[in-house]
Amino acid sequence: MLRFLVRRLIGAIAVLFAISILVFLIFNVVPATNPAQRIAGKNATPQLIKSVEEEWGFDKSLPEQYWTQMKLIFTGQVTSYNSHVNIDERILEGIPATASLCIGAAIIWLAFGILFGYLSAIRAGGFTDRALTVLALIGISMPVFWLASILLYYLTYKIELFPSNGYQPLSNPWEWFTHLILPWISLAVLYVGFYSRVLRSSMLDVMNEDYVRTARAKGLSHRRVMTRHVLRNSLIPVITLFGLDFGAVIGGGAIITEFMFNIHGVGYFTAEALKNQDFPSIMAVAIFGAFFIVLFNMFVDIAYAYLDPRIRLGTQAT
Amino acid sequence: MPPESDKPGKEEAAAGAASSAGIGSGDPDLTFTGPESGEGRSAGPWTIAWRRLRRNWLALFALAVFLLIVLACLLAPVWANDVAHTGPNTTHTLEKLHEGGETKEVVEVTGKSIGPQWFAAGGKFFLGADGHLGRDEMVRLLYGGRASLFIGFTAALITLILAVVLGLLAGYRGGWTDTVISRALDVIWSFPVVLLGISLGIALAVGGLSIGPIHLKSSSLWIPTLIIGVVTTPYMARPLRGEVLALREKEFIEAAVAQGASAWRIMFIELLPNLISTIIVFFTLNIANNMLLEATLSFLGAGVQPPNSSWGTMISEGFEALYSQPLLTIIPGTAILLTVLSINVFGDGLRDALDPKSKVRFEARSGATAERSELAELSGTGV
Repeated sequence: MLRFLVRRLIGAIAVLFAISILVFLIFNVVPATNPAQRIAGKNATPQLIKSVEEEWGFDKSLPEQYWTQMKLIFTGQVTSYNSHVNIDERILEGIPATASLCIGAAIIWLAFGILFGYLSAIRAGGFTDRALTVLALIGISMPVFWLASILLYYLTYKIELFPSNGYQPLSNPWEWFTHLILPWISLAVLYVGFYSRVLRSSMLDVMNEDYVRTARAKGLSHRRVMTRHVLRNSLIPVITLFGLDFGAVIGGGAIITEFMFNIHGVGYFTAEALKNQDFPSIMAVAIFGAFFIVLFNMFVDIAYAYLDPRIRLGTQAT
Repeated sequence: MPPESDKPGKEEAAAGAASSAGIGSGDPDLTFTGPESGEGRSAGPWTIAWRRLRRNWLALFALAVFLLIVLACLLAPVWANDVAHTGPNTTHTLEKLHEGGETKEVVEVTGKSIGPQWFAAGGKFFLGADGHLGRDEMVRLLYGGRASLFIGFTAALITLILAVVLGLLAGYRGGWTDTVISRALDVIWSFPVVLLGISLGIALAVGGLSIGPIHLKSSSLWIPTLIIGVVTTPYMARPLRGEVLALREKEFIEAAVAQGASAWRIMFIELLPNLISTIIVFFTLNIANNMLLEATLSFLGAGVQPPNSSWGTMISEGFEALYSQPLLTIIPGTAILLTVLSINVFGDGLRDALDPKSKVRFEARSGATAERSELAELSGTGV
């Protein structure tokens, strides 16, 4: 186990390093304009550009520039020249809202994804299955903007069923809850469709396994075989995917959902930075988001290796 | 990210072998229909696939809807010149519309623009006008669709070419070629698509792109196309590599090597035809996925740049006036939904027809396999 941990940790650090270089290249080498001007923002004075040039080390060699910029970002010294706020602080402030949104949505998508997938698989080929398959495809194809704008317009504006003014802190649980229901639904629909499909296929595969036949031969009830034997083993791919997706949602920030529902989390901050072409902010968010995902995936892998010894021993699971 | 193993080559080969079992053997329908097994024995693979697809009326209906949308967007200039008599960027701020005995302002003093007129004004402002500029929404929708479809299709083509070359090289060559390609793909893969897309998009939207002789203006449609094409490559290249790893152990490759065939010949003449069904399915589903990604990037200002417009930029503009004029957001949103849905339904049917056994099979315990990375891509591009 220790060897696996060390190996995994080294792998993660290597990927993090590669990602930080990739981000550096994207923002410093790829664009064909003066980098200091981009960092300083659209309405920068020549003096500001000059000082940015020094602070970010644009007069030095590329490796030195890389080192200076990463130091700025990781020591929390980087400020946005558009809005004059400390970017790392803004990101930290946004975390409660983003976490509330993502965790709530994740609960919804797991619960309904598993429910629909289960119903679909036990009635495979039947009417329920086909109806759920079509619904799942609609869910997968539905852009968040579309669903969010319809929910916002009809449910918060036309019939005023839900409040519309953004995120409320958890100190008032009821307000927090009612303000988050619609964002949760918007974010979860895609994954519900998706997870139900995955679980359905996985269950159909497991149903053909020998141990399921054995369980039936023992005389266990259909229901018991389905829940205890089939469903439990079919959940493995769903849990794996969940690790990946949850990491991506919380690290990448549900940018569009947060922006449309006016939830001032990390994603909203990103959207704002994009509209203002505020380069330092976007760079910091990209690096932190990617780092978070890599770390999260590593935790998932470790948990996974803990549960399944075959992975940490490196043997083939067949 | 999947659990990395000590011996990625060996593990993935085994995983790939398991998942590709449906292509080569096992499936009674396909037993005699490998591309190298000659004609004459009952029906060929394409005939069988077509028979399966023909029975799936839902998939065919979806294809018809998609083709209809493409046709409508291709005919955008006809609608603009002969029906609406205006262009996608022509403003009508101060104009009035005479209709029956009534006179309506295209844009009221409040900034609210005219709603859908259908054919009341002879096709002018069929879906109303957009925002305070008073541009014809229908004309913009058709032209925007051209941009969205162009990006979705061309980016999928770029992904296809890159992924096939990289997947074949990594899978067949092995050794350090494989190591370099796989590690590079891993880095892109561990970066969430949307974050990487907006980073590249915003960096290029400001300065444009110039690599050697190629200069792209920052407003060029090719910039989002290239970004989306490159960013989604690992999701196709990795599964292809896995399949190649499994295929290269097969007898027909051994036979080709024994005959003295060159590596290029083996890769593109022997291996490639065996990957076709995977490639077709990926390509189709990629178009849908790319269109969602384009809309996301454009909505955030990191995709299509003015003066061009796409469905994503239309939603972005419309959203600013969601409560006074919800249709300006809902119309382009519905256009995306319909297009993406029709592609997804058709792609699903296509997968059933071409390769029924591969359908979302997981080798989850052994880490990265084709299906998982495919799934990981298909989720999470539109949040």
